[in-house]
Amino acid sequence: MRVPLSWLREYVELPTDITTGEARLLADRLTLAGLEVAKIEHIGATEGGQPALAWEGIYVGEVLEVKPHPNADKLVIAVVDYGKGPVESVTGAPNIKIGDRGFKVAVAEPGARIVDAYALEPQLIKVKPANLRGVRSEVVLCSEKELGLSEDHSGVLILDQEAEVGRPLAELLSEVVLELDLTPNLARCFSIIGVAREVAALTGKRFKTPEVGWRPSGPAIFGQVEVEIQDPDLCTRYTAALIKGVKPGPSPFWMRRRLTLSGMRPINNIVDITNYVMLEWGQPLHAFDYDKLHGLDGKRIIVRRAGAGERIITLDGVERALTEEMLLIADPEGPIAIAGVMGGLESEVTEATRAVLLESASFSNTNNRRTAQALKLMSEASARFGRGVPPELTIPALKRAAQLMSELAGGEIASGIIDVYPVRQPEIELEFDPKEVERLLGLEVSQEEVIELLEQLEFSCRPQGRLIQVKVPWHRLDISYPADLVEEVARLIGYDKIPTTLMADTLPRQQRERTLELEEQVRDLLVGCGLTEVITYSLTSLESAAKLEPQRREPSPEDYLHIANPLTRERSVLRRSLLPGLLETVAENLKHHERVAIFELGRVYLPSRGGPPRGGAPGPALQQGKEACPLEPRRLGLALAGPRSEPSWSWHEKPGTMDFFDLKGIIEELLRRMGLAGFRFIKAEGPFLHPGRAATLLLGEEEAGLLGELHPQVRENFELEEPTLVAELDLEAILARAGLVRRYEPLPQFPAVLRDLAVVVDEAISAERVAQAIKAAGGELLRELILFDLYQGPPIPEGKKSLAFRLRLQAEDRTLTDEEADRLRLRIEAHLAEELGAELRK
Amino acid sequence: MVQIEELKQRVQALAEEGRKRLEEAASLEDCEAARVAFLGRKGRITELFQLLPQLPPEARPEAGKLINSLKEQFQAELNRRLSEIKAQEVEKRLQKETVDVTLPGRPVALGRLHPSTQVLREIYRIFSGMGFQVFESPEIETDEYNFQFLNIPPDHPARDMWSTFYLAEPGLLLRTHTSPGQIHVMRRFAPEPIRAILPGKCYRYEQVTARSEMMFHQVEGLAVGRHITMADLKGVLTEFAHQMFGKERRYRFRASYFPFTEPSLEMDMDCILCGGRGCRVCKHTGWVEILGAGMVHPVVLRNGGYDPGEFTGFAFGMGPERILMLKYNIDDIRLFFENDLRFLEQF
Repeated sequence: MRVPLSWLREYVELPTDITTGEARLLADRLTLAGLEVAKIEHIGATEGGQPALAWEGIYVGEVLEVKPHPNADKLVIAVVDYGKGPVESVTGAPNIKIGDRGFKVAVAEPGARIVDAYALEPQLIKVKPANLRGVRSEVVLCSEKELGLSEDHSGVLILDQEAEVGRPLAELLSEVVLELDLTPNLARCFSIIGVAREVAALTGKRFKTPEVGWRPSGPAIFGQVEVEIQDPDLCTRYTAALIKGVKPGPSPFWMRRRLTLSGMRPINNIVDITNYVMLEWGQPLHAFDYDKLHGLDGKRIIVRRAGAGERIITLDGVERALTEEMLLIADPEGPIAIAGVMGGLESEVTEATRAVLLESASFSNTNNRRTAQALKLMSEASARFGRGVPPELTIPALKRAAQLMSELAGGEIASGIIDVYPVRQPEIELEFDPKEVERLLGLEVSQEEVIELLEQLEFSCRPQGRLIQVKVPWHRLDISYPADLVEEVARLIGYDKIPTTLMADTLPRQQRERTLELEEQVRDLLVGCGLTEVITYSLTSLESAAKLEPQRREPSPEDYLHIANPLTRERSVLRRSLLPGLLETVAENLKHHERVAIFELGRVYLPSRGGPPRGGAPGPALQQGKEACPLEPRRLGLALAGPRSEPSWSWHEKPGTMDFFDLKGIIEELLRRMGLAGFRFIKAEGPFLHPGRAATLLLGEEEAGLLGELHPQVRENFELEEPTLVAELDLEAILARAGLVRRYEPLPQFPAVLRDLAVVVDEAISAERVAQAIKAAGGELLRELILFDLYQGPPIPEGKKSLAFRLRLQAEDRTLTDEEADRLRLRIEAHLAEELGAELRK
Repeated sequence: MVQIEELKQRVQALAEEGRKRLEEAASLEDCEAARVAFLGRKGRITELFQLLPQLPPEARPEAGKLINSLKEQFQAELNRRLSEIKAQEVEKRLQKETVDVTLPGRPVALGRLHPSTQVLREIYRIFSGMGFQVFESPEIETDEYNFQFLNIPPDHPARDMWSTFYLAEPGLLLRTHTSPGQIHVMRRFAPEPIRAILPGKCYRYEQVTARSEMMFHQVEGLAVGRHITMADLKGVLTEFAHQMFGKERRYRFRASYFPFTEPSLEMDMDCILCGGRGCRVCKHTGWVEILGAGMVHPVVLRNGGYDPGEFTGFAFGMGPERILMLKYNIDDIRLFFENDLRFLEQF
């Protein structure tokens, strides 16, 4: 909402020459009270204004005489006085005719800068005296375009007759416009009068009650128009006035100027008046060409829902298909407007219009919003109706507009008003305990003070014991609870007056959310393992998900949760896996990094409905009859690519590229540190993984994710050149099994004996099997087993591999002797030979 | 017979010679050679003892003393020389071992937390100091939780404040704010007092530009009890802002509107970039908004299972990415989920 202060001043006392500082103060006061001033625009002011619009060297002048040009038919010589004696100006403006005199114009003297009316791009030119067909023209009589007021260059701007000769134009036209960013509850401030009420209450200045005027002189409206509301649930009030004998034409400058300043385009006086009154009062109005309406005895207006398949061509020339939920204004022949949204083309006011039927009505704000959104027709009218317009506003706005039409378009107002008002605006009365202010704000305010403050906002208050009976004024649709009154009191007092305290209320029982704490612990451990956390989009596409499949076959759509109104195809479904996002991130970062090691801890979204049921009333009833929501389990994704360490001068040879075991090492360390016992890895086949380098993580017997090297084809799908390691783990399962309790073991009392053991086994026998066999034979004395070498190649025979282990042998109650250790090793060797056919390597 | 005088001369000469020999010794090997030459079994000083029987018996004790003191003296000088040479050799070795201290250290593989996680943790830390605990609530919500229970009925004009992604399944949507968490927490704890922090991802149907994202984090705060006031809210938020942005900044509270709080407010901070003089970032107002808040609306309290006549509460919401943008003067919100390591590594 744009608020020109000169207009606001008509309804509340404001200084006439408001300084930049005063405007700032006013803007701050409004902002602090919830009417956020997004911008203060100074127009035509040298201070703070744009120099291009400063109008320096431009004055109010009076045309003293208009003479013919001796050498040109289309030009005239105007003699003007702008306070420095008569000077001549040669002009071709069609609204300056020979013999004219006595009217006021804007005179630009030499040196003044005006807008070049003929340039394609807006630019300024300097006024210079010139010879026009042999006559010297000293000054320029400016058009609106030349003054930067509008695009109109069809004639010279005619100023108000009262304007003083010689007065700088800047003083006459300079303006401060406040641009308000209004929250939905401030529907009442979508009008100059609404803002004036607020300003009055906030600054303690007087609100000047507007006068509507209303001087009907024509025959009665009754009999000429008839109105029927068929759907009072959507139209609570419909009022109409009839103005006959109007002459459509341009509006006077002051009205066009205010419309322009408010961001609306002037059209003709009839339409401009409806817009002007809407801006001033907040009530959208519509003017129909009376003669184009139908009806038997006089015209008949029907307010009804649209019929199935009904259509209308709106003012913008577009044919609109209507649904049965949309409210129409119709006559017996069919729709003439979409109620509160846009008028029909057929009954549009044109230059030929002679009689106007003026509509001022109240429509259901929710229905109006739905219609405007469905038709994508967001207009100034629907913006107001959608937020709510009080039915009591219809009549004053109707009268004001009708009166303006009779004054500015020469019409005659039919006496009487059609007022169909099936659903009266409820009067709201609240019983208000002033103690509520202290209870909510923590600031004590007396009953008298509360009354005084509320009365500034036109609430009528009646004390009743320690309570107050508060009657809400008709123009406040946003007040329904005592808390709303507390906010009004707070706004007027100022939020800065409310004290700042620390909570004295009971401290709730402090309890831990283990899962969240553990989640943070996982993050810290992975950062310690050298991985950087990323956060990728939860929204993705089936195409992106398909990249995980070597042949890029798209996954089945029913496995995914779909967005009904996606912004783009790339973000049209909810992810089921963290991997596509992670891999895209790896590919992107490998463009400028040699090594990428990242993780993401986030949710995936599954269409199966296993989540907790939601909806319904609070309490046990909550569980009834409501379906469960989709599951959104937490996952942990890891991705590695590139060398084991960052490039360094100390690389005598390049460190190896990260492989399966770098990834596995991180996961093992993470699980150990999280206190998980009994996890292991088995060979797996993930479709997106290298078939020989993929494992499933098992927690007990439960599968808890996949890890491995990315399948080369999948790598290509993601445009990854380097081998890439990925894992996606079920974080819920990991967190659920995290060991929260640490067990302390006393430090060994007796020294350990180390023995190395190298065995040759078939390459098909897994290292884990060998280790298990060693442990089985080693018994309690074998305290630690480390695989420290793996070798294949000569002299080891083809199809075999050599594994070397270091055994730490230790007893709890004595120092082991060498003999004991050797005996144990022999036993282990024998067991390995028997169990796995292992040979000892010497 | 050897006379004592002669012996004295020889001791003196040997002392002189020994000193010289040690002075000339340049290495540990030289020292060892000198030791052997003077103190060895056939060393020059050892040999002197063989002279003792040739001395008159009355001179022998004195002569013994002389030779012994020569021996001790030589040993002492040898030791001194040895430690000198050792020191020199250490010095030499250290010289050789000198490194270019300006060479960079070996890289340590240590990752980083995403900046949003870092600021979330900062938020948890600050509020846990005031008795707030962290809870979670789902990202996929019903219309009831995201809107209706929060006093935003269908077709309410306030719905324009949140452009929503709806799921194809009717009734489900991606939460547009963390506020539905208020209802979840209230229903879990009613009628106990609450101090909760609810972080999480939120989604808005908005074109992704430098200033707006379709996905972002939010942190909801909620306190419910029998004596909670807006003064408490101001106190908690001021404490938060002091810890997050600094005590030296200026803050203000202004009236605002959220359907689920009444009265509502927004908290501003003087613009970090221009210090409050007015610039592009603060749209020439000198202030930047840091969060929204208010007293929990009676309808919302009731939907959460609390009697609004008995209980009051406050709620607030803030955006970690917005906080980071303000703190570090980041002008493009898209950087947070582009995950360019060159960006992430700065935090």
